Amino acid sequence: MKNPYVPYPVRIDDIEIATEDKSLKTFKFVFLNEGDEENFSYQAGQFAELSVAGVGEIPIGIASSPVEKGFVKFTVFKAGVVTTHLHNMAVGDIMGLRGPLGNWYPWDLLQGKNILIVGGGFAFTTLRSSIKYMLDPENRSKFGTIDVVYGARTPGMLLYKDELIEWEKRDDINMHLTIDTPAEGWNYNVGFTPPVTEQKAPQGDADTYAIVCGPPVMIRFTLPVLEKLGYAHDHIIMSLENRMKCGFGMCGRCGIGKELVCKDGPVFTLDQINQTPKEY
Amino acid sequence: MKVVKIDKSQWSQGLTKSRESYQLYGPVETDGFHSFKALAADQQPDMACVNTRLSPKAILFPQSEAIVEYSLDSNDADHHVQKSTPIDENPRAIVGIRPCDAKSVRLLNLNFDNAEYQDPYWVKVLAATTFIGLACDDPRSTCFCTSVGCGPYNEEGLDILLVDQEEAYLAKILTEKGEALVKTAGWDATADATEVFDTGKQAAEAKIVSTVSTDKLKNQDILSLHSAPFWEDVGFACLNCGTCTYTCPTCWCFDLQDEVRGKSGKRFKNWDSCMFPLFTLHTTGHNPRGTKMQRVRQRFMHKLKYFVDKYDHGIMCVGCGRCVNQCPVNIDIRAICEIMNAYEGENQEATARV
Repeated sequence: MKNPYVPYPVRIDDIEIATEDKSLKTFKFVFLNEGDEENFSYQAGQFAELSVAGVGEIPIGIASSPVEKGFVKFTVFKAGVVTTHLHNMAVGDIMGLRGPLGNWYPWDLLQGKNILIVGGGFAFTTLRSSIKYMLDPENRSKFGTIDVVYGARTPGMLLYKDELIEWEKRDDINMHLTIDTPAEGWNYNVGFTPPVTEQKAPQGDADTYAIVCGPPVMIRFTLPVLEKLGYAHDHIIMSLENRMKCGFGMCGRCGIGKELVCKDGPVFTLDQINQTPKEY
Repeated sequence: MKVVKIDKSQWSQGLTKSRESYQLYGPVETDGFHSFKALAADQQPDMACVNTRLSPKAILFPQSEAIVEYSLDSNDADHHVQKSTPIDENPRAIVGIRPCDAKSVRLLNLNFDNAEYQDPYWVKVLAATTFIGLACDDPRSTCFCTSVGCGPYNEEGLDILLVDQEEAYLAKILTEKGEALVKTAGWDATADATEVFDTGKQAAEAKIVSTVSTDKLKNQDILSLHSAPFWEDVGFACLNCGTCTYTCPTCWCFDLQDEVRGKSGKRFKNWDSCMFPLFTLHTTGHNPRGTKMQRVRQRFMHKLKYFVDKYDHGIMCVGCGRCVNQCPVNIDIRAICEIMNAYEGENQEATARV
């Protein structure tokens, strides 16, 4: 019987400072044991427990994409006990990875549809995974138009900047990058994510879905914009966060009504969220 | 159904024989309270105990249990690699468990053993455990098992059901596990006594006068119940002490915590409680259930509504009455269940009071 509490052993292969304030780092892990990478087979939108022996575990969205092989990546904000410890770890250190956990963005349902992605701040990790997945030559033809609105406070706070610039140059994805206030050398949008969404995002219809991930304040002001643009509540897809321990539906703390964010989520449509108590 | 008569003169002798193959657990009194403990070689279960202070769930779901272990010593080849903590799968038998507590194991099993994930520390120990129940001929005034799909002679989750007949126990053998245990114990005097079980059951059920209504819970709307005006009243006196969740045989929530000594450590699965603010506190400081009322509501909504909707297995309560007896401010799940069951939406006059 598989013990779901035991993580796959991984080695930190690379650590990259992800934002100019150094509050986020991207960790690249490789699996120690042959076969574990296959066992960890995941979909864009899922998360995993980063497990540090002697410290604890923390649930983090998977930032690498299923189309990237040989490693998995997570971008982690330094916030609590485990993430602070993680930020002090070094390349070569051994830790654990438990997962993949939770559901994912509904890729089967999204086939043949237009996709709008709205992201803010450092909640861009599973969105990065998703974009990378959709842009893969094997997959790009499965989707209609792809629009991405991504906002951060400053250019230096945007995650995965090199990739963003690369995507800007492509003609099969419409990037709408924005920062809060003007900055020297910034040639893209200026303003908060919700108004930029209102100006740049495509109209909602039966064949267009929005995937929204960001800080609560961004979500709060983006949802009315999406409604105004004609997105139905079952066409707005979100990813929730709650305090978690086990990550597979047993420890009981992440419940929102009868749904558990870890196992029944973290991905829900706005329609589903509206039918659960607001306890996230 | 096979019934074996165990003369009381052969009771402890049989238990002694069964100890060769089983670790026995049973109710024992320490410091003025009964609890289920692993019985020492010469220790007898106190069969007169009606309800232990804590339920026997800790035998299968210990209050603190290691699940993962590791070395932090960089001289070890596999340092920082986390490994499964070994599981003791030796046979054990719980003697004198009451039918309500036996049923609670079936409810807990819904959480720990499901289609997607199995907690091996639960599943393997459950498989190794034989449940020897004792029918409740003299229930307590706070017992309300008969209205929550259980009862003083309920057989669900049991391998053997004992009825106390003064000079002897009559043992109804319910499963192969039960059969194996009586064989090991050498209890082999079969008896034709099904009538005793029927009349005993009727008499015992008649003694349980406390009831709850649960018939309308399933059809209640989650959001309507969640936003009902009675929660502030219901939770007003609550201290958030967590006694209800610790004594409850069906509460399963847990925490995971690392403990390190020197160069090695373990990760433990520890009982946790929805009554505590830390249970849901985000690192950001945001707490989705930051107020006492929200936490009290979570406990009762989980037991009496979310569980009902999710599993279609009745309410998450077996009517043992422990939380009713032990709550320091007399919050009574029976009264709250009635209020929730009878709630007719926002237009209802807020006349219901705890």
